[in-house]
Amino acid sequence: MASEFAEPHCSDGRSVGLVETQSATLFEPPDVLVTEGRKPLGPITVAYETYGELSPGRDNAIFVCHALTGDAHAAGVRSADDRKPGWWDAFIGPGKGLDTDRYFVICANILGGCQGTTGPSSIDPATGRRFCTTFPFITVGDIVAVHSKLVEHLGIDRLLAAIGGSLGGMQVLEWAARFPKQLGAAVVLASAAKLSAQGIAFNAVGKRAILSDPGFKNGEFYDDGPPRFGLALARMLAHITYLSEASIERKFGRRLQNSERLAYELLQETEFQIESYLHHQGKRFVERFDANSYLYLTRAMDYFNLAESYGSIESALSRTDARFLVVSYTTDWLFPTSQSKELVRALLATRRDVTFLELDSPYGHDSFLIPADMDRLASIVGPFLERTQDAVRRRAPVPVAAGVPEAAEVAAGAAAVM
Amino acid sequence: MKKSVEPKRKRTPARYCIPDPSVAVTDTVIRAHIEPGSRVIDLGCADGRLLELLRDEHGCDVLGAELDEELIVGAIARGVPVIQSDLDHGLPDLPDGSFDFAVLSQTLQQLRRPQDVLREMLRVARRALVVVPNFGHWRVRLQLVTQGRAPVTSTLPYEWYDTPNLHVMSMHDFRELAEKLRCRIVRELPIIKGRAVDRAWAANLRAESVLYVLERH
Repeated sequence: MASEFAEPHCSDGRSVGLVETQSATLFEPPDVLVTEGRKPLGPITVAYETYGELSPGRDNAIFVCHALTGDAHAAGVRSADDRKPGWWDAFIGPGKGLDTDRYFVICANILGGCQGTTGPSSIDPATGRRFCTTFPFITVGDIVAVHSKLVEHLGIDRLLAAIGGSLGGMQVLEWAARFPKQLGAAVVLASAAKLSAQGIAFNAVGKRAILSDPGFKNGEFYDDGPPRFGLALARMLAHITYLSEASIERKFGRRLQNSERLAYELLQETEFQIESYLHHQGKRFVERFDANSYLYLTRAMDYFNLAESYGSIESALSRTDARFLVVSYTTDWLFPTSQSKELVRALLATRRDVTFLELDSPYGHDSFLIPADMDRLASIVGPFLERTQDAVRRRAPVPVAAGVPEAAEVAAGAAAVM
Repeated sequence: MKKSVEPKRKRTPARYCIPDPSVAVTDTVIRAHIEPGSRVIDLGCADGRLLELLRDEHGCDVLGAELDEELIVGAIARGVPVIQSDLDHGLPDLPDGSFDFAVLSQTLQQLRRPQDVLREMLRVARRALVVVPNFGHWRVRLQLVTQGRAPVTSTLPYEWYDTPNLHVMSMHDFRELAEKLRCRIVRELPIIKGRAVDRAWAANLRAESVLYVLERH
């Protein structure tokens, strides 16, 4: 969810360096995407970035699923003097958690987003005007259908792994359920098999803040500027849910922003540092995020419930042979450990290969993004992926010789000479 | 002036520690009792060493349970799936009868409620394999009589006030617990001088540790 709570990560010489966001056009008519809400959508533009090299066997690709307001720019910098690297730069790069000397890492902006992939602020080719609220209702399933198509488009038959935190973790789970053969491993961080009632509750307040802003204008605000108060308010609230009591206390305490003492001034809104911080976060968010996207994506998150979509979590995840790594954080109260455990229980019941850890971290839900915590996460995810890759390569050393239909397809896709 | 002199420590006589069977011995004994291809959970699996062997050489489907994060990372590095769990809280995430074997090696005496853990093991698995130290060993008894000192084990040579060994039991005691829990002792294999001995005389005096194979009645 990229709260940017931590200090900007300084480049330590282990960066993927200069990167460029690319774009692909998928689901061109007549092969449009039919959404879970049974609406056709296409063509769909997808913004994505890749880091590292795809192996000749095309078996080293890892897909990074970003959280609610993330984007395709997960690592590296966009120019030599770019001071702000991608949102997971501390985790993606040479020798890092997702080691780009070893893996081919893909990150794409999600469907319904506003950072290059088709979403409500995109132009509807049918009308030549922005979709606004005529954009079809989308689900995590639809988001994953687009990811999956992008992977195919890149000529990759099977991913070594998909990894994501929060809404990103939901995408990973949905991926394992919807395209069970496409994943070698599923890494699910600070996430759950459904959004909790508490999560829906927080989203409800955020939505109401946007909808009740007079600037919202039924979603058709693009000519006059966004509903900035509502969107900022939504972000301020959400942002609190990504932190923890301990982390706020540690970083801000009761310290005052501009003065040594209390002002006794009712209308002074930013007396405390934490107030100033939240206002700043709200303001910055309005500059980079689209209010319609926020509504669509939080709704997609509200709707996410593997058990409801597939009968049970067990039946959702019983068709994949992916290895699972599930990680929760002690201070995450938005996606508490109990929810990860529910997932782990289901995976054990359906006899999947699952590893689970609860990491002790003070940073709340955002822990999976905090650079200071990245080495530890890397020490877990790194060997997990290496062993997954070993297993994959042991199973299919020569794709053409296997005689398995899937392997034959890989060979054809890779234009192997036979 | 006289400098403060270190109080002269009275040399305590070398203390007897029950030798824990070496890891290799325990692993071998346990492996001999696990059918190839079965589904195995190791409680307190440490870095997954035993499970790796069972997976690679016995074709077993394995899962580890471990509390310590560093050890879990070790298990992950062996490609062994592992669930972080505190055995003192039972095994609430594991469904009934989901394993053929549940292994608990040199850990039972460290758990707050051994009987609960044994019960949990037999809930999730058909058979429980438990290796426990035997505090009924003659040297432990002798030491208690002659020196008046409480028993410790070699790999856990802690003082009584700072030891993970919360419980002290002998073979007789363990049998009694098994009976109380209404589980059947399928096999009782004393480990004497680092070797598993099938039919040992005076086992409760001579065994340093014992492997028990338990089943529900």
